[in-house]
Amino acid sequence: MSLLEMFSFPFIQRALVAGVLVSLCAALLGVPLVLKRYSMIGDGLSHVSFGALAMAVALGVTPLYFSIPVVVAAAFLLLRVADSPRWNSDAAIAVVSASSLALGVLVISGTSGMTTDVDNYMFGSVLAMSKADVALSAVLCAGVLALFVLLYHRIFAVTFDESFSRATGLRVERYNALLAILTAMTIVLGMRMMGAMLISSLVIFPALTAMRLFQSFLGVTLCAAVTSVSCFCVGLTVSFVWSTPVGATVVAANLALFLLAWGAGALRRRRT
Amino acid sequence: MERADLIVCQDLSLGYEGKRVLSGLNLRVQSGDYLCVVGDNGSGKSTLLRGLLGLLPPLEGTIRHAAELERGAVGYLPQQTRAQRDFPATVEEVVLSGCLNQKGLRFFYSAAQRSRALMNLGKLGVLELRKRSYRELSGGQQQRVLLARALCAAGRLLILDEPVTGLDPAAAQDLYKTLRYLNRKEGMALVMVTHDLRPALRDAGSVLHIGHKGIFLGTPAEYLDSPYGKRFREVAE
Repeated sequence: MSLLEMFSFPFIQRALVAGVLVSLCAALLGVPLVLKRYSMIGDGLSHVSFGALAMAVALGVTPLYFSIPVVVAAAFLLLRVADSPRWNSDAAIAVVSASSLALGVLVISGTSGMTTDVDNYMFGSVLAMSKADVALSAVLCAGVLALFVLLYHRIFAVTFDESFSRATGLRVERYNALLAILTAMTIVLGMRMMGAMLISSLVIFPALTAMRLFQSFLGVTLCAAVTSVSCFCVGLTVSFVWSTPVGATVVAANLALFLLAWGAGALRRRRT
Repeated sequence: MERADLIVCQDLSLGYEGKRVLSGLNLRVQSGDYLCVVGDNGSGKSTLLRGLLGLLPPLEGTIRHAAELERGAVGYLPQQTRAQRDFPATVEEVVLSGCLNQKGLRFFYSAAQRSRALMNLGKLGVLELRKRSYRELSGGQQQRVLLARALCAAGRLLILDEPVTGLDPAAAQDLYKTLRYLNRKEGMALVMVTHDLRPALRDAGSVLHIGHKGIFLGTPAEYLDSPYGKRFREVAE
C-alpha cells in the first residue's frame, strides 16, 4: 500500500490534522512547563484526564465536555500545590495521578468491564478522533499560537523569572493560569489518540530535544514546535505502515530524536 | 540637590495571613541612598523586600512609593533559582526582558530599548557576552547580566536580594565595586539584603538590622555601637 493511499482514509486524515495541531500546542506549551520544572504536572494531568474520561463514559456524557472542566480544575490545583512551600509537590502529584488512575479503572470495571476500551484510553487509538475533535483542535491551536505570538516576550519573562516579572508589574498568576488551561485542553484532546500514559511525553520531549540543540529561547521554542510536528507525522506514518500502536510509535520517534540531539549536543560541547 | 523620596514606610507592619512578621518600621529611602538590610534568618528580611516591591499589602501602617515605582520601574535583582542557572536564553533576551515594563502593548522592543539594554550590558562590562547563552556563563557573569536587566527596568532604585550568594570571593568583590559605582557615580539608590556585613559597613550609607528582638536603623558607625552590631566589630576592623 502506498503512502498516498494512506491519506485517502478519512480516519487517517482526521488523525493527521488533529495530531499535528495537538503536537504543535503541546510542544509550545511544553517549553515553559519544562523550563519552570512543571513537567510532572503535565504527567499528572494526563492521569486525571484518564479518570475523567472513564467517568464521562460511565455517566453517558460527551467525554470532552466532562473532561475539559475536570482537567482544567486539576491543573489549577496542581499548579497551586507546586508553588506552595507547604506542600511536598512531587508526592502530591504522584498521589493525584495514582488516585485518578485507580478511580478510572474502578469506574470502567464497574460498568463495561475491563475491555479493549481501557487499552484504548491508556495507550491510544488512531481511530479515536472525531470531526468535533478536529474542530476543537483547530480552535485550541489558534489560541495557543495567538498567545505565543502576541505575548511572546511576556511568556519569556514569566518563564525565566517570576519574581522579577512580578516586581515589574506583570500579572504572573494570569499567565500561569492561561498556561494551565491550555495545557489541560491539549492533554484532553490528545489523550484518546496518544493514550493517557503517553500524552505527557508530547509535552516534555520536544522541549528537551530543543534544549540540547539551541541556546536561545526563541530557538528552543521554534525547534520544539518543528520537532514535535515532524515526530508526529513520522510516527503516524510508521504506525500505519507497520501496524504499530500510534501513540507508542510517536513517543518512540520523539525518543529517537532526543537521543540524536543529545549526542549532537555532547559532541559540539566536546569540540568547543 | 533636592533628594526625592522613593519609598516611605510609616509604622509599617508586614506579615502573612494576619501573622505579623515585622512591625513598627519607619523607613525612608531617598534617591542616592545605599541601605543595607541585615539580620537573622527568618527575621523578615525577605518579607520586607516583598513589601518594598509592592507585592505584599501592609497589615498596618503605610508604604508610599514614588509615582514611577508604582508603574513597575523597580530594578529588582532576585535570588537566582536553580532552574535559571541552565536556562536556554541568550544574554540579550534576558536583558531585554527588563525593558518589558516600558513596552506597553507594543509587539517588539523598540530601537531605544535595545540600545538601553546594550548600554547597560556595557556599563556592567559584559557587552561582549551578549550573543552567548546565559547558561554557559559563570555565576558572577550571570549576576551581572541580571543586574543589567534590573537597570533596564529601573529609574532610580535597585532592590537586591543577597546578590553575592553563590559567588566566589573575587566575583563578589567585583560586584560590590560595581554597586558602589552605580550608587556614587550614577546616583542609583540601592536597597540590599545581605548576609555579608563587610560591604554593609564599608559602602552603605545606612544599615537596617531586623532581628527577632527588634529593629535598628542607623549609620554603619552607629550600628557597630548598638547592642545589635557590637558582636560584628571585629568584622569591620
